[in-house]
Amino acid sequence: MSKVDTSKARPQPSVVEEVDRLVVVPRRNYGIWIGTAFTLVLSYFILRAFAVNPAFGWETAAGYLFHPSIMSGLMTTLVLTVVIMFLAIIIGTIVAVMRVSPSPVLRSFAGAYVWFFRGVPALIQLIFWFNLALLVREFSLTLPFVGEIFSIRTNDFMTPFFSAVVALSLCEAGYMAEIIRAGIKSVPTGQSEAASALGMPYRNILKRIVLPQAMRFVVPPTGNEAINLLKLTSLVTFIAVDDLFYSAQSIYARTFETIPLLIVVAVWYLAVVSIMSVGQHFLERHFGRSETRSQSLTTRFLRNAFGTRAKGAAT
Amino acid sequence: MIVIENVEKRFGETTVLKRINLTIEPGEVVTILGSSGSGKSTLIRCINGLEALSGGRITVDGNDVSTKAGLATARRRSATVFQLFNLYPHMTALENITLAPINVLKKPRAEAEARARELLKLVGLADLATAYPQRLSGGQRQRVGICRALAMDPRYLLLDEVTSALDPEMTGEVLDILAELARGGTTMLFVTHEVEFARRISSRIVFLEQGELIVDMPTERFFAEDGGFAVPRIRQFLTKMKKD
Ligand SMILES: Nc1ncnc2c1ncn2[C@@H]1O[C@H](COP(=O)(O)OP(=O)(O)OP(=O)(O)O)[C@@H](O)[C@H]1O
Ligand SMILES: [Mg+2]
Repeated sequence: MSKVDTSKARPQPSVVEEVDRLVVVPRRNYGIWIGTAFTLVLSYFILRAFAVNPAFGWETAAGYLFHPSIMSGLMTTLVLTVVIMFLAIIIGTIVAVMRVSPSPVLRSFAGAYVWFFRGVPALIQLIFWFNLALLVREFSLTLPFVGEIFSIRTNDFMTPFFSAVVALSLCEAGYMAEIIRAGIKSVPTGQSEAASALGMPYRNILKRIVLPQAMRFVVPPTGNEAINLLKLTSLVTFIAVDDLFYSAQSIYARTFETIPLLIVVAVWYLAVVSIMSVGQHFLERHFGRSETRSQSLTTRFLRNAFGTRAKGAAT
Repeated sequence: MIVIENVEKRFGETTVLKRINLTIEPGEVVTILGSSGSGKSTLIRCINGLEALSGGRITVDGNDVSTKAGLATARRRSATVFQLFNLYPHMTALENITLAPINVLKKPRAEAEARARELLKLVGLADLATAYPQRLSGGQRQRVGICRALAMDPRYLLLDEVTSALDPEMTGEVLDILAELARGGTTMLFVTHEVEFARRISSRIVFLEQGELIVDMPTERFFAEDGGFAVPRIRQFLTKMKKD
């Protein structure tokens, strides 16, 4: 007994040495030191390159930062983002609801929607819609016995802006549908069972029970989607929508100040993304906070969104 | 009257309910006993239409629950209280209770709220009307759950192990209310493991064993030496329950 104890308390000298050799703390820090030094040197070279290389044209960039056509381009980009996101949320919600519906037809349709619009690159969808006239010359509504109600040439309404909105909304809706579906799935089944056992119709259960609770899971990824979408809208340059990037392009096509104008574009994207990130942070914090508060906000948001009346006991 | 005729329920290969026959008359309190997995919850879920029948027929006041219109009416006549409460977490206690009356019965909001407050007072929660479920204790949540069911003015109350997620003290709170309802003449179909309580409040006891309804007796007969106790399986079940 006592033998074992001593041997445990005082290990063999060789073991002590070994342990000493094992605890070589500084060695683990070498990597960090090298990394830090390397990063500093690299930063120095990058910053110097930015500062001294005249081709960057910082003054020129600063001069264009608030240029009227840049401003209007920025405005177009923001409007596109907001409109597309809004439509994508609506379409995405509809598709998501179809995807969890009891009807296999609706489910498969929604599945095919997501498969297609997430699978085809956004740029290709964009150019497709822009060229819809090649496929369909005109849209007309003709009723039997009444005759033609209206007819419109595709090219008359498929303006670049309209094509951009249609294409990117449909595309983005594919992503939103998946996010919203995941949110719906995360609401425990007991919730809708309790309501349906009391006779609530499916539609109302979705609207009052399931979707409001799904919101908590939907908000954070939707923030990310909005940020991605802002940048994605720069693709509309390809179909000549005068967004931020296109406006910059049309200036440097004339003046050849390519790099300074790309800097202007980057600065504005960074600025807007930063603002959105801050907003997203607060939104997430709000939704992650004490259940009761976040949920009363959810309810309020949904009531606004769906136009149901909020009166009485709501705190 | 709830009439259950030859009801069968299968999940894939496994038969969970086998030719169940049971009638619940208005004013009765019928307790379903049976060991875990015997199909008690499934039977309740067949009555309120949360599970489709594989065979047989269930009618609530003559409304067949396997038809769409029948189920809609049946669900207005009956209300369910769940083991895990299933309160809506994004609504206050009051909103939980008034949602279905406003939505399904088309009651005016003011009337539904007045009734909800009345019910909350009845179960001793008058001051918690505006509290969200997260703030309530388990016993309080289940009492709100009972109010939510009662707010539909159901003729039949279906209760599936409503106290088994609660500690003994909270169980007491909830059982007291149920006893009160039973005395008041509410018709109940009651799944529980609280044998002593079932004995006090029920008029009849049925026993499910592996999906079969093996005994259906008035409460006194069920606990009599020459009645339910004479059935070996039930004697075994009751003795085991006493020990726990
Ligand atoms: N959705 C389902 N799919 C497959 N099997 C199921 C399903 N629901 C229930 N079962 C099975 O049916 C049987 C009866 O289950 P049920 O929940 O009705 O039992 P119970 O008597 O309520 O038990 P407990 O006392 O534990 O609540 C069990 O064997 C269970 O595994
Ligand atoms: Mg059960």
